[in-house]
Amino acid sequence: MTPVLELRGIDKSFGPVQVLHDVAFSVHAGEVTALVGDNGAGKSTLVKCVGGIHPIDSGEYLFEGKPVHVHSPREAAALGIEIVYQDLALCDNLDIVQNMFLGREHKRGIVLDEDTMEEMAAKTLEGLSVRTVKSIRQHVSSLSGGQRQTVAIAKAVLWNSKVVILDEPTAALGVAQTAQVLELVRRLADQGLAVVLISHNMNDVFAVSDRIAALYLGRMAAQVKTSDVTHAQVVELITSGRSGDLGLTNGVPA
Amino acid sequence: MTTTIESKPESPSIASNVRGYAERVRGGDMGALPAVFGLIVLCTVFSILRPSFLTAGNFANLFTQGAAVTVIAMGLVFVLLLGEIDLSAGFASGVCAAVLAILLTDQGQPWYVAVLAAILTGAAIGTTLGALVAKLGIPSFVVTLAGFLAFQGLVLLLVKGGTNISIRDETILAIANKNLPPVWGWALLILGVVGYAAVQLIRARKRTARGLTADPISLIAVRVGALAVLGGLAVYFLNLERSRNAAVVSLKGVPVVVPIIVVLLLVLTFVLRRTGYGRHLYAVGGNAEAARRAGINVDRMKITAFVLCSTLASVGGIIAASRGASVDPNTGGSNVLLYAVGAAVIGGTSLFGGKGRVLDAVLGGAVVAVIENGMGLMGYSSGVKYIVTGSVLLLAASVDALSRRRAAATGLG
Repeated sequence: MTPVLELRGIDKSFGPVQVLHDVAFSVHAGEVTALVGDNGAGKSTLVKCVGGIHPIDSGEYLFEGKPVHVHSPREAAALGIEIVYQDLALCDNLDIVQNMFLGREHKRGIVLDEDTMEEMAAKTLEGLSVRTVKSIRQHVSSLSGGQRQTVAIAKAVLWNSKVVILDEPTAALGVAQTAQVLELVRRLADQGLAVVLISHNMNDVFAVSDRIAALYLGRMAAQVKTSDVTHAQVVELITSGRSGDLGLTNGVPA
Repeated sequence: MTTTIESKPESPSIASNVRGYAERVRGGDMGALPAVFGLIVLCTVFSILRPSFLTAGNFANLFTQGAAVTVIAMGLVFVLLLGEIDLSAGFASGVCAAVLAILLTDQGQPWYVAVLAAILTGAAIGTTLGALVAKLGIPSFVVTLAGFLAFQGLVLLLVKGGTNISIRDETILAIANKNLPPVWGWALLILGVVGYAAVQLIRARKRTARGLTADPISLIAVRVGALAVLGGLAVYFLNLERSRNAAVVSLKGVPVVVPIIVVLLLVLTFVLRRTGYGRHLYAVGGNAEAARRAGINVDRMKITAFVLCSTLASVGGIIAASRGASVDPNTGGSNVLLYAVGAAVIGGTSLFGGKGRVLDAVLGGAVVAVIENGMGLMGYSSGVKYIVTGSVLLLAASVDALSRRRAAATGLG
């Protein structure tokens, strides 16, 4: 099966500093791909290249098998790629529906079509089996961390997106809320979306992911099936770039 | 955490609406409560101490007295929503009033040319201020403080060093000095009440038909009834004879500024609550970075907010010129700006951005007008008036800051 999103030989430099070296990365529909790596390994840069925030220097960017050029977040969104950043980018003073449709409001003439938006938002949340919010007309400021994360994810999937990238979605959450969000992440993939989960937490990664992609100093150390590796191997890949037969040899892919 | 999304249309009763409101107030979202409460207390105190406060003549005075400040405050709401401030709005209104007066009196232009020129002047001032804030990134406080000084000078230059230009145009004078015929007052009130009821009912019906939660008919009836009773009382009192000698000149009816303010209130509220532009203003005020990532042009929002603010200031200037029947270097000066900022904040618009309504400006403007008027009747000097108004502004800002803290603590906002 062709991956929904495939990157080949991606290079990216900021001035004299090369952040990504010849990175290959693929994401499949219906799967959760965990993107792991130590601080500074290039996870954020890679995601920003995917999202059109940073242009890539060289390499191929394939979407559904076709080469594409993504120069702005808008173009990424038009392809069906949505990124949920760590800070969630929600407006506290607006309610759930208003946040989900922010910048892409439905209108009838010049008037906002609140009823349609409310229906669509309710349907999306229902489709994700979200049962934790009292009313979708609640202000976001009154939501818990997990509920906010849920709203941000629901906002990303509202647009029939195909790839959803989540940047550390559980970093600020407690145990129960982490479980809820992970459940939601799994459900997204089960509904056929391609999900990329950036995480530092090995428990989360092993709990929900189908594949693991490990970055080490700007190179893709390995992209493997989660069932084929152990906890310790992934940690080794993250910290030293190799683990047994897996990973980089002398800093280049085996 | 355990309740489900209302999948079935559950009609919230009046009781549940009241409970929801009480919850919001406890959580720190005071809304218009302080302004309404303040208005009731002030009116009660003044009417006990000075029975003349309660006369029909004084009631009509309140409207013409507060109109200019209220309109300027309406404009400030847009800037405050973004978390910015416009300190130059007062003198901007003065500049526009001076332009109006020069065209009317010195150049002998018809009133509509003068009004258009004044409004365009306001829009040009707003564009300049907004561009400096949005494009150059100078804090709005500094830009508009500079504007405050510069426009003060500009008014002086325009009216040639302190002479005053009197206005004799009948149409302009009518704005703040004439009244509608009593029948018109009633007709407009009935139109307003019926229109409000129709809008509310149609919306509730549409939502019920689509299976969404709608306001119950009883709640709508209460709202419409309240509007009808309050509006009816106001029109009744304004239609009483206010002239000391009715045989010589009759003075009764709703002042012309009232429908002007009502129309501005309706149009601007529509813009804020029902259009994408308004939604984006709230979004930029709530979280500018989130708005930017959602594809909203934050710079454009800032510039247009300043344009709206200065344009409404020009309308305020026209009303002030009409009321004074002249323009002098002090038009839009001294306390006008602080009264306008005070009106918006007293009404419940937050200085921190993201929270506010156009109605706030009207309620706050009423509080400011009542203080000014009542203190005047009590015979206090303007020194005392300034101190009291300053204290009220400080009090309103404290309520804003405290309710924000409380909202942060309870997670409501």
